[in-house]
Amino acid sequence: MSKQAQHWEKTRNHLFITLAIWFVFSIGIFFFGAEMEASNFRPFGYPLSYYMTCQGSLGIFVILIFWFANRQEKIDEEFGYTEREGD
Amino acid sequence: MIKGKFIDNLPKVYGIYTGGFLVFIILMAIAEQAGMSAKLIGIFFVAFTVLIYALIGWLSRTMQTDAYYVAGRQVPTVFNGMATAADWMSGASFVAMAGGIYFKGYGYMALLVGWTGGYVLVASLLAPYLRKFGCYTVPDFIGTRYGGNLARLSAVIVLTVASFTYVTAQINATGTIASVALDIPFGIAVYVGLASILMCSMLGGMRAVTWTQVAQYIVLIIAYLIPVFWISNKMGAGFFPHFMLADEVARIAELESQFGLGTVKNSAADLATVPKGLAGITKAHSEVNTTPWKFISLAVCMMAGTASLPHVMMRYFTTPSVKTARRSVGWSLFFIFLLYSSAPMLATLSKLSLMDPNLATGIIGKSITDVQALDWYQNWNQANLMFVSDFNGNGTLELNEFFMGGKAVVLATPEIAGLPYVISGLVAAGGMAAAMSTADGLVLAISNALSHDIYYKIINPKAETAKRLIVARVLLFLIGFAGASIAALEIQGILGSVIWAFDFAMSGLFFPLVLGVWWKRANASGAVAGMLLGLAAGTAYLVWVRNGGAGFWGVTQLTFGIVGSLVSLVAMVVVSLITKAPDAATQRMVDEVRIPSGKSVLSKQH
Repeated sequence: MSKQAQHWEKTRNHLFITLAIWFVFSIGIFFFGAEMEASNFRPFGYPLSYYMTCQGSLGIFVILIFWFANRQEKIDEEFGYTEREGD
Repeated sequence: MIKGKFIDNLPKVYGIYTGGFLVFIILMAIAEQAGMSAKLIGIFFVAFTVLIYALIGWLSRTMQTDAYYVAGRQVPTVFNGMATAADWMSGASFVAMAGGIYFKGYGYMALLVGWTGGYVLVASLLAPYLRKFGCYTVPDFIGTRYGGNLARLSAVIVLTVASFTYVTAQINATGTIASVALDIPFGIAVYVGLASILMCSMLGGMRAVTWTQVAQYIVLIIAYLIPVFWISNKMGAGFFPHFMLADEVARIAELESQFGLGTVKNSAADLATVPKGLAGITKAHSEVNTTPWKFISLAVCMMAGTASLPHVMMRYFTTPSVKTARRSVGWSLFFIFLLYSSAPMLATLSKLSLMDPNLATGIIGKSITDVQALDWYQNWNQANLMFVSDFNGNGTLELNEFFMGGKAVVLATPEIAGLPYVISGLVAAGGMAAAMSTADGLVLAISNALSHDIYYKIINPKAETAKRLIVARVLLFLIGFAGASIAALEIQGILGSVIWAFDFAMSGLFFPLVLGVWWKRANASGAVAGMLLGLAAGTAYLVWVRNGGAGFWGVTQLTFGIVGSLVSLVAMVVVSLITKAPDAATQRMVDEVRIPSGKSVLSKQH
């Protein structure tokens, strides 16, 4: 397999992992709104369903994007595809 | 003056700007103590900030295409994040979001999840690849990747439909705020808003819009956070509201049952006396009040719409590299998060200060005549944003007898909570900044697509730079004027048309954009079919449901993008597969886009 094909395979796998995490916190957990509301796990004392919609999922997305960017940069570096300054 | 050195000095320039703005707020506070009238403070706030934006717009004037279309591709990560956040957070986010949460609770929060989750799609599926492509506009990508004027034209059509739906709402919002703050009729205020928007974008295109949007973000975030923190501290609810309002949320639930929320219903005859546009509290504040599908379908539409709206995507064309484009998405979402996570807190504080009889500001359970005598009640009643009526004739204000407009949660809460008027002036300036920055981005997205993709690429490929940029500015003016004229008619509420814009964008552009990068086999015929059939199907569904159609799968007029984008996906895949595969040159181009290093597909000046 060529260098570029390998790079793309890694990039694609990284995308799938990222989208899986994204799916859980943007769609998956909201199938269980009622269960989250009844849960005893209450971050900062808020009902879990309320917390996830005002802060939880939102904050996770912010962290997820930075994590995604860092790992993608490592993948690009590994294959020597990092941009030179002034490109 | 503004090139090279300006970029190196950005933190300093905006640091001084922020400091200057804070000093201005303090000066206004002193002037208020010295007896300056509330009206004059409002005028100062709006006029001063708008003049600053206009000044930045004038300083950023340019006659170069890459500066005009993509700000010279030298906007640093964090600043592009701020500019995107301002571009993104519209008048609706600023003025109406807390109100939506206040009235609709959990069901409405799907919008918060959708409008943030969409950025994960932007970062992972699109932004870095489109940046590598080196396009000026979104249709520029579609036109070059798929080849052919028809694909380019279809993309321009979808872009125009989605962005134009959105921009009328934003010009409407600038008009609303300008008319309240400057005390002029709405019909005139709309054009005052338009003039401010054009001053920021006309001379310098994307470069001017970028640097005004950063300035607007700073104003709007200060204007949003100060009241939230101040009210929370004043009420003794906690010095950092985001982590400390659990007791208040629980207290609201307690008061809701005490005041008989949901058990006491108003008769239709009583409700007919309530002014149009106002609503009572009918839904529990923190309970799960909607079905999973309703929540998820709305969130999905907003997420896919986020990834397809061209005015957001084109912000990532302005970064220096692919790597910075990717990181910049993270910063954008961080800056958006600061406001979005504060909106539910503002809704909670606002509701509790009105409901809790133990607080001095509480009005539920007090005598109706006392409430009607309150200064702030009279002000906001006159502005048609608040209304009480003694339906059951017991002389006491019940929960079901109190009505408020959605905008009042942001606009009136500082006054209700007893904050000085200077804060209300600040909030008006923030709302103006939010609406203007989004309108700027949208008007520019449309006029750039028309001037670059239609005029230059299709009609007159030999046009000289000077001529192209004049055409771009004439179009900018015409689009803005058309938007303002429609806004002046006040057809659809601010929030409704914003949501439609997301659905339109999702219907026509989501799959053609994503598959352009991720599926090499996608070809021009497939993309054209996907864009046009997707948009047509989504629009048809919207018209059908609006005219009393039953709909299917629980898809409403707010989520018609689901139908549109599914049709788009199927059409695109089927048509691509039954027609010829893209040629070798196109395949190589897609390969090039997939790696960050090396030359961009389109040259720097094109």
